Amino acid sequence: MTPELFLTQLLNGVQLGMLLFLMSAGLTLVFGIMGFVNLAHGTFYMLGAYLAVAAYGATDSFLAAAAAGVGATLLLGVAVERLVLTRLYQRDHLYQVLATLGLILFFNEVVRIIWGPSSLFIPTPQWLTGTLDLFGLSYPAYRFAIIAVGVGVALATYWLMHHTRVGMLIRAGASDGAMVSALGFNIRRMNTLVFGLGAGLAGLAGLMAGPILSVQSGMGEPVLILTLVVIVTGGIGSVRGAFYGALFVGMVDTIGRAFMPVLLPHVLERSVAQTAGPTIASVLIYLFMAVVLAISPRGLFPVRHG
Amino acid sequence: MAKNRTTLLVAALVLLAQAAVPFVAHALGQGYYVTFFSRVLILALAAIGLNLILGFGGLVSMGHALYVGVGVYAVGILSSGWGISNGWLHVGAALMVTAAMAIPLGLICLRTSGMAFIMITLAFGQMAYYVAVTLRAYGGDDGKAIPVRSDFGVLSLADGNVLYAVIYLLLLLTLYAMHCLVRSPFGVVLRGIKLNERRMAALGYPALRYKLVAYLISALVCALAGVLLANLTLYMSPSYVQWQVSGELLMMIVLGGMGSVIGPLYGALALLGLEEALVSVHWPLPWGLDSLVSAHPMAVVGIFIVLVAILLKAGLHGLLSRRAALPETGDH
Repeated sequence: MTPELFLTQLLNGVQLGMLLFLMSAGLTLVFGIMGFVNLAHGTFYMLGAYLAVAAYGATDSFLAAAAAGVGATLLLGVAVERLVLTRLYQRDHLYQVLATLGLILFFNEVVRIIWGPSSLFIPTPQWLTGTLDLFGLSYPAYRFAIIAVGVGVALATYWLMHHTRVGMLIRAGASDGAMVSALGFNIRRMNTLVFGLGAGLAGLAGLMAGPILSVQSGMGEPVLILTLVVIVTGGIGSVRGAFYGALFVGMVDTIGRAFMPVLLPHVLERSVAQTAGPTIASVLIYLFMAVVLAISPRGLFPVRHG
Repeated sequence: MAKNRTTLLVAALVLLAQAAVPFVAHALGQGYYVTFFSRVLILALAAIGLNLILGFGGLVSMGHALYVGVGVYAVGILSSGWGISNGWLHVGAALMVTAAMAIPLGLICLRTSGMAFIMITLAFGQMAYYVAVTLRAYGGDDGKAIPVRSDFGVLSLADGNVLYAVIYLLLLLTLYAMHCLVRSPFGVVLRGIKLNERRMAALGYPALRYKLVAYLISALVCALAGVLLANLTLYMSPSYVQWQVSGELLMMIVLGGMGSVIGPLYGALALLGLEEALVSVHWPLPWGLDSLVSAHPMAVVGIFIVLVAILLKAGLHGLLSRRAALPETGDH
């Protein structure tokens, strides 16, 4: 194991972390502010990717496709929230789980009807195809762009949440929604806004992942599960927790998968290590989550209420 | 518990109809339906198990596919890996492994509640899924065929009708046991915890212990369903441990009515019946919608589930008892 390899894997971990942050920034607010369990967030990730594929086919420009993908996903998010989810805010979590599961089934099938069962690709834009030289380490420019977008979104979210009136209202809504509503602010419109923005960010994550992974029906679910791990370990409702949680989960998962099969034979017998390596690597983040929750059931950065 | 004649009559009719399935199917020359209803009853059994903590304990677990998977892989690993086909050993191993897993996992999961409980059970379910995927000796991602059905000595499951009868009897037994359990002092305390955990704790009931026992029982029932599922399909694969399976069980419970013991059976019949009907019945729909529906049944099922979640508050069982008396459990 060379230092270069380790650094490359570290950057890959950061890159996965940034995608997870794009997913979890919106979702943690939906969970925290609206108290709504939305399992269909991965659906917006998938829809973002598919819509970008369609827009790319029409315009032949990656940036135009990205803008169209994010915009269309945002609008779809708003539509779904208005049509379906508002009816469930007052209900038990169970019904929210059920309705969003139904949405997953529906949209997975819809993309199969429209785009067919085989997987599609978004080509890497021309100006991001090369590698970047980082202090002697060459790293694919596109993956670096993902990291940059993630950091940019993190900064923008921080600014939105802490230095604007909307962000102040969102934070106030998270700690006491009824009071904010009583003060005369339209909390329903705020919910729609947060949900739409979250869906848009998920769409952005999906289309950014497009050139690395294949675009196919059901692509959102594995990412959703990782996102849920991020949100629960970071602390439900905390954007800061989502950021650190995403980075940590991204790195633990990537580095575990890359180095566990290499490192384990030093500790265990060879035959045991060969079978146990991949298993341990893939369950590492869930173990991490279990440990965090066993110690602090409300996550690493619990949101203080009251 | 408000009881009325309609619900009892419907329950009796549904159970009788299920008993008649093999005879009717063979009389019609449609042996396939014995397999279909075997699957329905197995999933109903798992859902009835899960309903103990969901409907009566108020705990939404999205990870019970894990225990179904333990049952499936217990049969698969013992019979294809170790060459042991003894059914009693299969059941014993499945239940023991389940207990050994459910107690520590339950202790961790039950530290959380509400939303976090849903998430953590889901994560543990996924963990089991990835473990199943990495079991290369047992087919990894693709899964592997199981050579023979479990051998219970005098009782041979080789015949599909016998297997159906065994599944049916186990379902009846479980229904009866659950019926007694939720009306026992244990069940009353459990329901009390669902309504107001703090008050039950103040009354001196160790809430965690009650919830853990309920979690364990529900896991064991799911593992039993897994053993039966492995015997039915003669296949083990990570797809049985997927979180979609846990989701399907939840759908069955809510669709059927989670306030009742038998509700999940109605839910399983309705949900899987709908899927089957969408695929195999030719619906007279205009504009080519008929072929779209039969090629993509899950799109319709998805809409159906969303509508159920929005509109149906006490499930199919609730519809039956609505006219006669109070709903059995007002869900908040």
